[in-house]
Amino acid sequence: MDASEEPLPPVIYTMENKPIVTCAGDQNLFTSVYPTLSQQLPREPMEWRRSYGRAPKMIHLESNFVQFKEELLPKEGNKALLTFPFLHIYWTECCDTEVYKATVKDDLTKWQNVLKAHSSVDWLIVIVENDAKKKNKTNILPRTSIVDKIRNDFCNKQSDRRSLPLFSRCCSSLRMPWCSTTSWTPSSLSMWSTSGPGVSVPPGALDCWVFLSCLEVLQRIEGCCDRAQIDSNIAHTVGLWSYATEKLKSLGYLCGLVSEKGPNSEDLNRTVDLLAGLGAERPETANTAQSPYKKLKEALSSVEAFEKHYLDLSHATIEMYTSIGRIRSAKFVGKDLAEFYMRKKAPQKAEIYLQGALKNYLAEGWALPITHTRKQLAECQKHLGQIENYLQTSSLLASDHHLTEEERKHFCQEILDFASQPSDNPGHKIVLPMQSFAQLRDLHFDPSNAVVHVGGVLCIEITMYSQMPVPVHVEQIVVNVHFSIEKNSYRKTAEWLTKHKTSNGIINFPPETAPFPVSQNSLPALELYEMFERSPSDNSLNTTGIICRNVHMLLRRQESSSSLEMPSGVALEEGAHLLRCSHVTLEPGANQITFRTQAKEPGTYTLRQLCASVGSVWFVLPHIYPIVQYDVYSQEPQLHVEPLADSLLAGIPQKVKFTVTTGHYTIKNGDSLQLSNAEAMLILCQAESRAMVYSNTREQSSDAALRIQSSDKVTSISLPVAPAYHVIEFELEVLSLPSAPALGGESDMLGMAEPHRKHKDKQKTGHCMVTTDHKVSIDCPWSIYSTVIALTFSVPFRTTHALLSSGTRKYVQVCVQNLSELDFQLSDSYLVDTSDSTDLQLVPLNTQSQQPIYSKQSVFFVWELKWTEEPPPSLHCRFSVGFSPASEEQLSISLKPYTYEFKVENFFTLYNVKAEIFPPSGMEYCRTGSLCSLEVLITRLSDLLEVDKDEALTESDEHFSTKLMYEVVDNSSNWAVCGKSCGVISMPVAARATHRVHMEVMPLFAGYLPLPDVRLFKYLPHHSAHSSQLDADSWIENDSLSVDKHGDDQPDSSSLKSRGSVHSACSSEHKGLPMPRLQALPAGQVFNSSSGTQVLVIPSQDDHVLEVSVT
Amino acid sequence: MAVCIAVIAKENYPLYIRSTPTENELKFHYMVHTSLDVVDEKISAMGKALVDQRELYLGLLYPTEDYKVYGYVTNSKVKFVMVVDSSNTALRDNEIRSMFRKLHNSYTDVMCNPFYNPGDRIQSRWALLPVSDPVQVGPAFCVLLPSFCRTCLAILVAKMQPFGKQGRKGLFKL
Repeated sequence: MDASEEPLPPVIYTMENKPIVTCAGDQNLFTSVYPTLSQQLPREPMEWRRSYGRAPKMIHLESNFVQFKEELLPKEGNKALLTFPFLHIYWTECCDTEVYKATVKDDLTKWQNVLKAHSSVDWLIVIVENDAKKKNKTNILPRTSIVDKIRNDFCNKQSDRRSLPLFSRCCSSLRMPWCSTTSWTPSSLSMWSTSGPGVSVPPGALDCWVFLSCLEVLQRIEGCCDRAQIDSNIAHTVGLWSYATEKLKSLGYLCGLVSEKGPNSEDLNRTVDLLAGLGAERPETANTAQSPYKKLKEALSSVEAFEKHYLDLSHATIEMYTSIGRIRSAKFVGKDLAEFYMRKKAPQKAEIYLQGALKNYLAEGWALPITHTRKQLAECQKHLGQIENYLQTSSLLASDHHLTEEERKHFCQEILDFASQPSDNPGHKIVLPMQSFAQLRDLHFDPSNAVVHVGGVLCIEITMYSQMPVPVHVEQIVVNVHFSIEKNSYRKTAEWLTKHKTSNGIINFPPETAPFPVSQNSLPALELYEMFERSPSDNSLNTTGIICRNVHMLLRRQESSSSLEMPSGVALEEGAHLLRCSHVTLEPGANQITFRTQAKEPGTYTLRQLCASVGSVWFVLPHIYPIVQYDVYSQEPQLHVEPLADSLLAGIPQKVKFTVTTGHYTIKNGDSLQLSNAEAMLILCQAESRAMVYSNTREQSSDAALRIQSSDKVTSISLPVAPAYHVIEFELEVLSLPSAPALGGESDMLGMAEPHRKHKDKQKTGHCMVTTDHKVSIDCPWSIYSTVIALTFSVPFRTTHALLSSGTRKYVQVCVQNLSELDFQLSDSYLVDTSDSTDLQLVPLNTQSQQPIYSKQSVFFVWELKWTEEPPPSLHCRFSVGFSPASEEQLSISLKPYTYEFKVENFFTLYNVKAEIFPPSGMEYCRTGSLCSLEVLITRLSDLLEVDKDEALTESDEHFSTKLMYEVVDNSSNWAVCGKSCGVISMPVAARATHRVHMEVMPLFAGYLPLPDVRLFKYLPHHSAHSSQLDADSWIENDSLSVDKHGDDQPDSSSLKSRGSVHSACSSEHKGLPMPRLQALPAGQVFNSSSGTQVLVIPSQDDHVLEVSVT
Repeated sequence: MAVCIAVIAKENYPLYIRSTPTENELKFHYMVHTSLDVVDEKISAMGKALVDQRELYLGLLYPTEDYKVYGYVTNSKVKFVMVVDSSNTALRDNEIRSMFRKLHNSYTDVMCNPFYNPGDRIQSRWALLPVSDPVQVGPAFCVLLPSFCRTCLAILVAKMQPFGKQGRKGLFKL
């Protein structure tokens, strides 16, 4: 009680602070009840009604009782709770009204006044009933009357309901660490209660107090709850268990109970101080076998006892944490336990706790705890002699950036020290995962496409990122290579590999993820697709659903993080194929390492494992991923010949590229290609031919002279010397001799010449070039068989001819059309008569001897035919023209001219047709709507000729005559032919014989109108066997106004084209009957002298309708 | 003032953890990690009872002798843990709540950074804890966005206007 004599300074409230209650009145009485009061008061639970709607709590409370003094009372406005008394109690034993009136009432009044002066309204008057006194003075008033008097004198109405809330406020100021989890307050708070901030406490004293408090609370709970209740409330009590364990641990460390050698004298002194400070055990527990007090005393008494109690507590705590799923907390307590075991030199027991905690931290990616725990584990493994595990952990720590440089170097040195130890078992290897030692960052092939021929050299350069803090000398770095043959895959053929497999040659390896748990981000997104499966028979929907296309990516086994700690998972592959690089010093950071290998067997080589050996320690990267492969191929020698341009043109020198792929064959001196010459294709030998020699990868090249020797039959090309797997390329000029397309259609004078098909010519459409194939047989030095090469040449020109007439004068027109993309220069055009008739003369009307012909353009040549005697019935002509590419300079060789042969028949004019239209008599001009007369004059120009001798020719009295049919057709509907528009006439076959036909025509329009066409046909008798026949009579009866009858015959009189076939219109309805036939006269035999003439027609005066055509 | 603040990913790995003083970093890492046990418990309890209330503040997780550990969980299950000194009586529930709210805003700012990859650890140069003012948790967490990014985001916010003023307020706070 003396401690409260001096007012405490208002500082931070510590646990030792208790509310102050003053005692006035009978001090002896109070002293007698104090022991019971101080013990019993805290045991009674009280309801703490809290403000702000918080739930009420049941609390237990005790107070600091001090003697009442006026100085203790707070000044006006001071609301401090702990430094000033908050409740004032007046104690009295008085049972005598006289005594009350004489002394007690005055004393009470004085006390009340002092309280009122200090505005203290919280007070209590206690009247203690004393049975002994009561018995002695039976005559006196019952005690209650004193109570009534006091109530009357001092108590107003509210006084008796103030006490509970006050006690509650008092409790809220007590700060207990487990306040939020439990409602239990230790009853032994008084133990150190007097130790205020100013009072020194021996180290560990607080720990003792907390330990005892925790255990007492827990004991109390166990005492009042059944097992099921306790189990369901573990979440609330486990904190106390953990707290007690922690405190006991710190006490153990403090008292030297955990050290290896046991406590020293200083530790023992400290222990004695602490035990003395505990004082005597409270009487109510003194007789029990188990009490927190006894437990603490025992635990501090010996190393063994401490261990027992500490382990009990720890295990209980871990068990409880685990049972409620607080794994992290359990692991954390376990780590403390592991530390204890390590101190106790029991690493085998510590290991499991460290591993467990580490696994937990790794799984959740907590870097600092990982590093810390791993460091502890390293020490543990070192003590345990787990060499592989220790080295593995050391390598992880050496690469851990959370450690200091010195620590990292230390762990690195541990590995190097071990590696440099002479091993008792020389073949023994310690295999560790490479990841923590060094990381494979990228890989680069040279050649970059990772394709190499047999015997070729392949370089593989890798970048290894060393994680070690110091340079490490590595005896060898080995890449394990798996060899496989995929012969059937077309992708593995030499052609495909050398041409198509392109890559930049650098493969990047994803950096290994740091201790980082698998988050959703690192997984690829789901690729979901709708799926419909339909019945094949009726296309109805059978199944529908959603499929995940990349399920193989998502369900791929994750590298479990625990395997990082377990080196046993790494297996060293033994393979026949190894890439090796010896004596490399890996500097911290990136290092370039180059492997060189000479390719031997063709096939695919897959890089599987990467190993680095440091002494007996092997760091192994078990799988190189993504997959890295290189291919080795062997190749047969080959020859390719292909045109340099899109297509080869015949007639001019064209370049052809020869490619010799040597493959496994080495071109020796004297090896040559022997070309057997095709008859119509020349190989042009140039003086300075050169060949390029490349390696297969096209990286190196050189050029060499090419010697070409040509004889009549064979051209020999001496190849330059070239090693295997090289390419020789050179170009040769070839010339396809222009073939002479021969005669065109036999009887068709004006038809288009058919292309000559001497070779296997192809003509797709009218505007395609005619092509010619040439086959060349080539003997190659590497084979006994000849290679046959086909080259296709296109003829750049298409030629047509036409016969033009002017009366009896005849002209031949030749049209040369350039179908190629090139421009040419034409020169020296000739047209000769191959039949060599001296009578015939071909007079050229062409002025220029040189003429350019541009791409896709045409050039026309015209000759006049002249003869003196009777003209020949047919004419065989050969057109020739020299040509050369317009762009090029002088060519080395003279080119053959382009020739075109054709035949012209029946070209002599037999008949002259002249038509005239006269206005009606008495009129000057024709008028629309009035009948005009059409006069057709048909004149025979020659006597009987060979061509006349046909079925229509009739002879009577040495006079020959033939039957002709004329027809007047107006395709432009300018004229209406009135009456018969056609008729058959008998024409005498004699020069100047004339036939005149009159017809009535009516102009339908005004203006200058072209005359209607007059057509002439040969009228053949019906007894011919031709199938296509026409009834002349019905033909004649036909309405001649039908203008569409000859729709395919253009009215253009300049068109000299004729189908040369029998007129066949309307033939279908008369099929099978013997009928006379009509045969159109070849256009050359009829000359229409009035073609192109026009007649002026003026409008009739009474025209009411004016037709206006607006276009 | 908080002595340690931590932002923990949904998968329970730390996105950001800073403590002051720094020499005791490891202790706080362990403390925050252990507190996840209680966070998990509270979240699962909340999941059943308080789905609709959306109470993000988890309250006091557990006290230790010297510190109090408080928790907060965002709707995306990112956890915030704050450790405060027990002796600091000025920090009551309301102050802790407001500190968490500021922390949440700062975290939202970080998420808005187009250069930040959600799920990555937050590497901030300005990751110093507030020393004096308990309500200045926010700026400590700040990641300065380049000005052009702010412009971009301003445009984005303008485009988001049709969603309503309340709708995207939190996410696009600039």
